[in-house]
Amino acid sequence: MIRLTNVHKTYQGQQPLHVLKGIDLHIGKGEFVAIMGASGSGKSTLLNILGILDDYDEGEYWLNGTLIRHLKESSAAHYRNRMIGFIFQSFNLISFKNAMENVALPLFYQGVPRKKRNELAMHYLERVGLRDWAHHYPNELSGGQKQRVAIARALITRPDIILADEPTGALDSRTSVEVMQLLKELHAQGMTIVVVTHESGVAYQTEKIIHIKDGQIENIEEHPDIQSTVFGRGGLMK
Amino acid sequence: MTDLLYEIRGSVMRNKMRTAATGIAVASGIFLLIVLQGAGNGIMNTFKQNSSSLVFNAIHVWGGFTGQAYEGMAKWRRIVLDTRDEEITRSKYTTKIESSTSISNRYGLVVSNGTDYIADVELCGIRPDYQQMAAIKVLRGRPLHDLDVEQRRKVVLISDKREKELAPRGQSLLNGHVKLDGLYFRVVGIYEDKRMNSRATVYTPFSTLQTIYGKGSSVDEMLVVGRGLDTEEANTEFEESMRRTLGRIHGFDPADQQAVWMWNESRKNEQMMMADRILKTSLWILGMLTLVSGVVGVSNIMLIAVKERTREFGIRKALGATPWSIIRMLLLESVLVTSFFGYIGMLAGVAFCSYMDSAVGNRTLDIGVEKIQYFVNPTVGLSTCLWAALVLVVAGALAGFFPAYKASHVKPIEALHA
Repeated sequence: MIRLTNVHKTYQGQQPLHVLKGIDLHIGKGEFVAIMGASGSGKSTLLNILGILDDYDEGEYWLNGTLIRHLKESSAAHYRNRMIGFIFQSFNLISFKNAMENVALPLFYQGVPRKKRNELAMHYLERVGLRDWAHHYPNELSGGQKQRVAIARALITRPDIILADEPTGALDSRTSVEVMQLLKELHAQGMTIVVVTHESGVAYQTEKIIHIKDGQIENIEEHPDIQSTVFGRGGLMK
Repeated sequence: MTDLLYEIRGSVMRNKMRTAATGIAVASGIFLLIVLQGAGNGIMNTFKQNSSSLVFNAIHVWGGFTGQAYEGMAKWRRIVLDTRDEEITRSKYTTKIESSTSISNRYGLVVSNGTDYIADVELCGIRPDYQQMAAIKVLRGRPLHDLDVEQRRKVVLISDKREKELAPRGQSLLNGHVKLDGLYFRVVGIYEDKRMNSRATVYTPFSTLQTIYGKGSSVDEMLVVGRGLDTEEANTEFEESMRRTLGRIHGFDPADQQAVWMWNESRKNEQMMMADRILKTSLWILGMLTLVSGVVGVSNIMLIAVKERTREFGIRKALGATPWSIIRMLLLESVLVTSFFGYIGMLAGVAFCSYMDSAVGNRTLDIGVEKIQYFVNPTVGLSTCLWAALVLVVAGALAGFFPAYKASHVKPIEALHA
């Protein structure tokens, strides 16, 4: 699904910053992966590249058989719209749209008629258990509800991968569990999910942890035993 | 498209304060534009109404002095028109002349009613057809008839303004007598005089004036109303042709511009139209400048709005919005907001013009001896409104373009971290 070979990224500036120093990564279809690392390790940059929000300098990035490199803005927008579902730490819902309209927004950019869009949005809101909240605005929702709306929005285009950037970063431990539970359910239905986090409690909910340090992959932990961690039940480490 | 409008409605309704500020800037701009145009029209209409009411396309012809020696005859010979000239002209140009008439004048007369008098009066000897050509409107009494001319009656038409001067206590002069250059004339009609401050004109039958002053068949002025002379070239050609004809009758060089003088009312009309154009253009420029400040305001507000909404655009782009879709949305938003509020400003402007019309449009300024209207029909036409609408749409697009362009270049990652 995702294949990175020797990806380099340098931020140009007064002092060029070499953030990614040759990332080789393979994520298969239906995997549930966490990318972990301290701040400044390059994990956000990696996520931006995976999400086609940023370009890279060297190497190759194949997403579902398509080479993603030096795209024009409009085609980048097209791929983002069709292939990727984003979940952000700060939810990034549009404040003057209600939950349903927020969920439906990606389909607006696919030219889906409004009625159809809203029907689908209602369906996905139901999947995240917020059907009754469809006409509420973001400021009328709790953090957990907002993140569930954002998840519904990420799902509505039926993307190839879900990219989650610190999805529980702004949530308390109870709602974090709910959100992670939801992601696990999605994984169980066959969705490919990549979570970027610095919380090990979150990372240990996934089946593969990629540790990044100084722009390189330090090690990959396969199949961590979820149940064995002290944070595994009832809460996540904050 | 309706989808896009729905999107825009969301952002406009969410930012009511901003939308209102934008609206006020544009609405006041277009309001001023319309009111200025209306006021300009008022001034022009006043100007037109207070000037001569002679029909369009009337050509005046007066005798002059020859400017060149011609066929053995000396320079500075006086050319006196007579009734024959009009008859020949009329029969020669049957297809080009709507109507024609001869006029005789006496200037510097005194007309009096008891001890009230007016000096420097023009006595104008006319045939009844002149009254149609000059659009003389008789308010009371009757116009001059063919019988008045046939029987050389000593009757006159005086204007409503002069009647008041001759009868300051408000008594009617109709069917009474006035003394004119020592002779008594009966007043048969009172005509309307809307001109400002012009010399008093009293009309009498042509034959009466000719007889009293012993003018025989000589006339002072020939008036010709052309038919189908729509262009400047057609007018000039007709004038030159008439000059040639008169030249043959009176024996002067057809190129001699001084032998007979001609004045074409359509020229005056052209001059008036030119003045109208200049006034309107300058008012448009003024109005546009006002509008430009409005547009700059809108652009400014949009720029701030784009800054405020950077995060929103970042989200939209992350979800698949192309740069063009962002530009399109903001442009349309700008055009819609300016159009909507511009339309309100336009309606307000038109309403204000109508108010001006009803409040001062028919009011007259009393300057003692006469009353003048100083603001006639200060309203704007449909074409002005349509132009203003076009200007609005263009202005909206311009105001929205730079902010939209800026917004479309927002990098989603930067916007999301904003």
